[in-house]
Amino acid sequence: MSGPAMPKPDQATLARREEIVADMRVIVPGEGVVDAVNSMRAFESDGLTAYRQLPLVVVLPETTAQVSRILKYCSDRNIRVVPRGSGTSLSGGALPLEDAVLLVMSRFNRILDIDYANRAVVAQPGVTNLGITKAVEEEGFYYAPDPSSQIACSIGGNVAENSGGVHCLKYGLTANNVLGIEMVLMDGEVVRLGGKHLDAEGYDLLGLMTGSEGLLGVVTEVTVRILQAPETARAMLVGFPSSEEAGQCVADIIGVGIIPGGMEMMDRPAIHAAEDFVHAGYPLDVEALLIVELDGPQAEVDHLLSRVEEIAAKNGATTSRVSNSDTERAAFWAGRKAAFPAVGRISPDYYCMDGTIPRKELPKVLAGMREMSEKYGLRVANVFHAGDGNLHPLILYDANQPGELERAEDFGADILKLCVAVGGVLTGEHGVGVEKRDLMPEMFTEADLNQQIRVKCAFDPEHLLNPGKVFPQLHRCAELGRMHIHRGKMPFPDIPRF
Amino acid sequence: MTTFTPTSATEVLDTVAWAVSEEAPLEILGHGSKRGIGRPAQTEHVIDLSQLTGITLYEPEELVLSARAGTPLAEIEALLSDNRQELAFEPMDYGPLLGGEAGRGTIGGALMSNLSGPRRIKTGAARDHVLGIHAVSGRGEAFKSGGRVVKNVTGYDLSKGLAGSWGTLAVATDVTFKVLPAAETETSVAVRGLTDEQAAFAMAAAMGSSAEVSGAAHLPETVTGKVIDGALKGMASTLFRIEGFGPSVDYRVDSLKHLLASQGEIDTLPPETSRLLWREIRDCRPFSTAHGKPLWRVSMTPSQGHAMVMALRMRTAADVFYDWQGGLIWIQMDVEPGAELLRGLVAANGGGHATLVRAAPSVRAAVPVFQPQPPALAALSARLKEQFDPKGVLNPGRMQG
Repeated sequence: MSGPAMPKPDQATLARREEIVADMRVIVPGEGVVDAVNSMRAFESDGLTAYRQLPLVVVLPETTAQVSRILKYCSDRNIRVVPRGSGTSLSGGALPLEDAVLLVMSRFNRILDIDYANRAVVAQPGVTNLGITKAVEEEGFYYAPDPSSQIACSIGGNVAENSGGVHCLKYGLTANNVLGIEMVLMDGEVVRLGGKHLDAEGYDLLGLMTGSEGLLGVVTEVTVRILQAPETARAMLVGFPSSEEAGQCVADIIGVGIIPGGMEMMDRPAIHAAEDFVHAGYPLDVEALLIVELDGPQAEVDHLLSRVEEIAAKNGATTSRVSNSDTERAAFWAGRKAAFPAVGRISPDYYCMDGTIPRKELPKVLAGMREMSEKYGLRVANVFHAGDGNLHPLILYDANQPGELERAEDFGADILKLCVAVGGVLTGEHGVGVEKRDLMPEMFTEADLNQQIRVKCAFDPEHLLNPGKVFPQLHRCAELGRMHIHRGKMPFPDIPRF
Repeated sequence: MTTFTPTSATEVLDTVAWAVSEEAPLEILGHGSKRGIGRPAQTEHVIDLSQLTGITLYEPEELVLSARAGTPLAEIEALLSDNRQELAFEPMDYGPLLGGEAGRGTIGGALMSNLSGPRRIKTGAARDHVLGIHAVSGRGEAFKSGGRVVKNVTGYDLSKGLAGSWGTLAVATDVTFKVLPAAETETSVAVRGLTDEQAAFAMAAAMGSSAEVSGAAHLPETVTGKVIDGALKGMASTLFRIEGFGPSVDYRVDSLKHLLASQGEIDTLPPETSRLLWREIRDCRPFSTAHGKPLWRVSMTPSQGHAMVMALRMRTAADVFYDWQGGLIWIQMDVEPGAELLRGLVAANGGGHATLVRAAPSVRAAVPVFQPQPPALAALSARLKEQFDPKGVLNPGRMQG
């Protein structure tokens, strides 16, 4: 992919590369500075592999003091910095820049404190999401947000992206499960937000930081909430003759007050691809398949399963199975979890989208996608976090066929525009990054975007941290600070005031 | 002094734009139920949002509700209740605590003060449930953020940025919240006669179990008689709320009682009593009569709350009770607020923050009501304020002097 235009490299910085590398070696001694082209290749892209760029230099600090010195050094010399966790972003959030230091946080890989009494874990940002659960599971605890990349993605990256997963409807996103962070601002200042206590003493800067995609500060420590794992979990596999009926079933389940631990939907192409791949036992004669997982005490799960079965039957379910063992439950999920690679088997390439829509608009959006599929001559398979309306259309294409890639990108953009048009959003959990940056005006006016950029100005006024991501244009802060004041008369003089 | 009473977002925009052009500071007011919190306002003009009302969208099956910022919380909660739903962050009512009426407050005010209740430990605060906003910044510009769907990472979450900003960054005109099904039933378990320290252990054990406790509070002996018409009078009460579907609640109450059996005498409170109890804990009912006494709201590491309180009691007379597993401590001082003493002890016991939610205006003008921040953080907060409200026209000085 050609990709959206990135900020023009600063020639002065490129010219000083050797000096910068040497200075980085002073700050981070040993193996922590990588400048050989061959070694830097490993860092040239993230999970959005279509975009690639070698950085100026790769630096892997080990301490907060080093991060602070690196950022201060770069800030003083107007050098750009791109932070990176495990590099699993699907939106190009960690895509390097030619003239930027790539700050890789993977050596921050220790868990610092496990505090069961306060149900908190303090971890360095390079610890993986699953690593936190692994560290506490022997006591029966876990960390709830579970993005599909949880085996690899880092907790610091989760904060940057406000990562979700299949359990968000019941257990929340990263933002709802992070209690505190330590971070370094671009000028090298170290600040702590939150801790093991709840809420902020001033502005909710933690709320702003979560999901800021590495543009506001570099996270150097994270405190998360851990939960006692549910006593049991059982899943139901329900097939429907149409997506409308499946959608109504989801609405009715929530309507009677049930919030399942997970609720996933797949459409016919996704069902078939998954079944061919992992033989999960999915019915092949249905248009939509729901996986409903209920978790909690045995008594609750049994009680709710029977109600969900009734609701499914009432909505015309043609097949319905309940898991009777953890093995069977895992089998129900196996197909869904393998959906992306399964689609990868039936098409040379695929492009994964990530819009969120009000659930009731699902039939309209699916119909829209069918039309677009014909228009662009490309197939599409859908997996859907049905509980919270987060849709992952997978557009099938072949990059070796001239023009297909461009058509896939246009198709994807059209899907996201449709999501916004029906009241949804461009991205539910993958982030804006580079990928959806230029679609931001579909959802936001210039005034909306400018107010977001002003937040950026409070944290990083020179736009040195991760530029080229999220915002289509980063206006200079001085320009944004100007006030256009219209000397006015008293407002709405006709209405009562006293 | 002029009070502007806009009835539309456009009128809010006109008012703020005018205030910016005149550099005339505005006090941002909903029902005024929390007007006594913060440094006393010193503004020439008031923007009263109580006429900017109306629920503009409510789709129970989509778990979403939008309303104009001045819509009464009571109206929203009544509508949700009719549909067996609720604002799961359980917004407290500061009215009676501050000497006002009960049942007042707007949805915009709930966001701006980041309200929550006993369920904060399980389900979060207003910040965790807000999905989107429309607002007018102190630059006199309208902007929006977020949306109406739960899962959304498109751009910065300015909705959360406004949570707890006490009207000092922007005037919200419309807000959208996630709503959730209300629990079918609830039961509470009371363990009697525990010391503060024993209660901390019992609460940690309960919260760390799979009983899904949605409220964990400890009322020391001096406080326990001041809720549910004195029914718990006599011995300290450590209280646990279990909510959900009938069979599940029964099962979890049993398992919790089993877990806590060795701790002390155990009582069970039926649904009606339980609802009243947690409403009174939520609204800090035990301290809602002594309006002359300074009242603190402290948020700190749950397991360290009791140690902080013990140290405090060695130095001064204070009445306290604990919510949030011991991490939220309401402290009623006898005479002096003792800000430095209290904040010093919080810092020495794992850190957190102390807000002086009730005190005479002269005290609030002299003592920092909100926890002072370390220099780097204070500077960052000041820069954020500058970016939203460069002329300082929105609730100037309310959060800091």
